[in-house]
Amino acid sequence: MRFTLRQRQIIWAYIFMSVALVFFVIIRWYPTILAFNVSFRDWNVFEGSGPWVGLENYQEIWKDAGKPRSSVTAAFSNTVRYVLFGVPSQLVLALAIALLLAQIRRLSAVFRVAYFAPYVTSAVAVAFVWNWLYQPETGLINQGLDLVGLPQQPFTKSPAQALPSITAVAVWQNLGFAVIIFLAGIQQIPGHYYEAARIDGANAWQLFWRITLPLLNPIIVYLTVLGTISYLRLFALVQNMSPQGTGGPLKSTTTVVLEVYREGFSSYKMGYAGALTVLLFFLILLITIIQLRFFSRRVEY
Amino acid sequence: MATSAEIGTEGTLQIAEHFKSAHGGSRRRFGWTLLIAYLLLAIGGVCMVTPFFWMILTSVKPAPELVDFSFFPENPTLQNYLNVLNTSSFERWYLNSIIVAIISTTSVVFFDTLVGYTLNKFDFPGKNIIFIGMLGTLMIPTEMLIIPWFTMSVNWNWHIGYAQYWGIAFPGVITAAGIFLMRQFFDGVPNELLDAARMDGMNEFGIWWRIAAPLVKPAIAALAIFNFIGNWNAYLWPLILANSREFYTLPVGLSFFRGESTTHWEKIMTAASLASIPLLIVFLIFQRQIIRGIALTGLKG
Repeated sequence: MRFTLRQRQIIWAYIFMSVALVFFVIIRWYPTILAFNVSFRDWNVFEGSGPWVGLENYQEIWKDAGKPRSSVTAAFSNTVRYVLFGVPSQLVLALAIALLLAQIRRLSAVFRVAYFAPYVTSAVAVAFVWNWLYQPETGLINQGLDLVGLPQQPFTKSPAQALPSITAVAVWQNLGFAVIIFLAGIQQIPGHYYEAARIDGANAWQLFWRITLPLLNPIIVYLTVLGTISYLRLFALVQNMSPQGTGGPLKSTTTVVLEVYREGFSSYKMGYAGALTVLLFFLILLITIIQLRFFSRRVEY
Repeated sequence: MATSAEIGTEGTLQIAEHFKSAHGGSRRRFGWTLLIAYLLLAIGGVCMVTPFFWMILTSVKPAPELVDFSFFPENPTLQNYLNVLNTSSFERWYLNSIIVAIISTTSVVFFDTLVGYTLNKFDFPGKNIIFIGMLGTLMIPTEMLIIPWFTMSVNWNWHIGYAQYWGIAFPGVITAAGIFLMRQFFDGVPNELLDAARMDGMNEFGIWWRIAAPLVKPAIAALAIFNFIGNWNAYLWPLILANSREFYTLPVGLSFFRGESTTHWEKIMTAASLASIPLLIVFLIFQRQIIRGIALTGLKG
C-alpha cells in the first residue's frame, strides 16, 4: 500500500505526538476530572475509591470556616494577604532595580548574578537560612538591631509579624526573575522615543510615566499574573518557616496548599483536601481573569 | 552591516546620548546619578547575598561560636560537614535528586522539542483540538492533581522501592509550557530546508533529529537548564510520594533533617549549604546563558 505525501505527513505527525498524547490524557486530563470527582467523595487514597457524598466535603469546609480560629478561613485570608503584600512589593522593587541596572555599564553582570542567585536556590534551604537570620537573640538581624540600639523583634515567632516576615523571604527569593524580565523589556524600548520626548521638553519623571511605564505594560501584566499565581500556591517556605510546619503561630501563616497537605496527607481526609484544591483552582482562575480584564482595558492607549 | 568607521561614530554618538539622556547634559549631575545608582544597587546586592554568606560562615563555625556572637568564625572548621555527612544520607539524596532531574530533563528535552516541532511544521486533522488540549492543562494548578496522582501511584505501585524515581518524575516528563516554547522557536527554521532534506530521501525523524533540532539548540539548552533547576528544587510532590528516607530528594531530605536537629543551627546551615551550593556553582558557571535564557523565554524555573 502506498501513501500520498500528505498521508505520510499525517502518520508521522501522530507517531511524533503519540507519547505526548497518552501523557496528556493519562497524567493531565484524567487526573483533572478525578480531582473534581474526589472532592465529591469520601476518598480513600489507598483503595482508589470512596463513597459518593455529594457536596458534603464543601459543606464541611463551609462549616469549618464559620468556627472561631478556623484553619480554613485563616488559610484563605492569609493566602490573599500573601498576594496583596508580596506581588506589589515584588513588582515595584524589581522595576526599581531594573531601572537602576539599565543605567549602569560596569558591574552590571555581577549585580544580575547577585539578584538572581536566590531564585535558583531550593525554597527549603532558603527557609532555613532565613529562620536562622530571624532567630531571637542569636540571629543576625536581631544582633544588628541590638548593635544600632533598636529593640529585638520576634519575626516568625509572633502572630503579627510572621506573615510579613515570610512574605519578605518570598519576595527576596523571586525578585531576580522579575528583575531580569523587566530589564529585558526596558532594553527593548527604542532610544529615539526618549530623545523625541526630551526635545519636546519632557523631564525624567515624565519620561518614566509617559514612555517607560506604558511600554512595559505587557510585562507588568505578565509578571503580575505569574507572581499572583505563585503566591496563591505558596507552600514550601511556609511549611519550613512555621513551627512544626503547621502554619503557626496561631494559624497566622498557614496557606491553602499547606492545609491541603495537612488535611490530605497528615489526617488522610482526602475528599476534604480535594475539595480545597478545587476551591484553590477556582480562586486562581477568578483572580487571573479579573487581572487580565483589568489590565487589558488599560493596555489600549 | 556597518563598516568599522560607522560603528565608531555610532558608538560615540550613543555614548554622547547616554550622557545627555538621563542627566540633562551636565557632566557633574551625571556623576551623581550614576553614583547613587551604584550605591542603591550595592545596598540591594548586599541584602541579596548576605544570607548566603551567613549560611556558609555559620556552617564553618564550631557550635559555641554561635552563641558568643562574632561575624567571622574565629576557629573555622569543616567538622560540621563531616558530622552532617556521617549522620544523614546526603550522598543518597544527591543521587536521588540527580536521577530524578536527569530522567525528567532528558524526557522533556526529547518530547517537548519533538511535539513543538510537530505542532509547528506539520498539518494534520485534529491539530487545533490537540493544541488547545495541551494549552488548557496550563490552567490546572498541579496542587489540584496531587491527590489523583497519588491515587494512581499507589494503584500502580510507583510509591514503593526503585519505582519511586519514576513516581517522583512522572508528572513532569512532558511539559505544556516547554512544548509551546519550542513550537515558537521552530518558526525560525525555514520549511525549504526541511523540504530539501525530504527530496534527498531523509525520513521525518531524521529531518527533525539531524536538521531541525540542531538549529534551535539555544532554546533547547534554556529548556534543559530551567527544567533541571525546577526538578532539582521541586518539593511538594516528592515530599508526598517518597515514602522512605532512601528515596528523598535533597529538598525533602533537608526538610526532614531539620526536624532531627532542631536548634543546632551550625548543622542546619551546613545541610542547607550542602543542598544549595552545588546548584549555585552550576548557576555561576552558566549565569550568562541562564539569565539570557530567562530574558529570551520568560520561563519560570
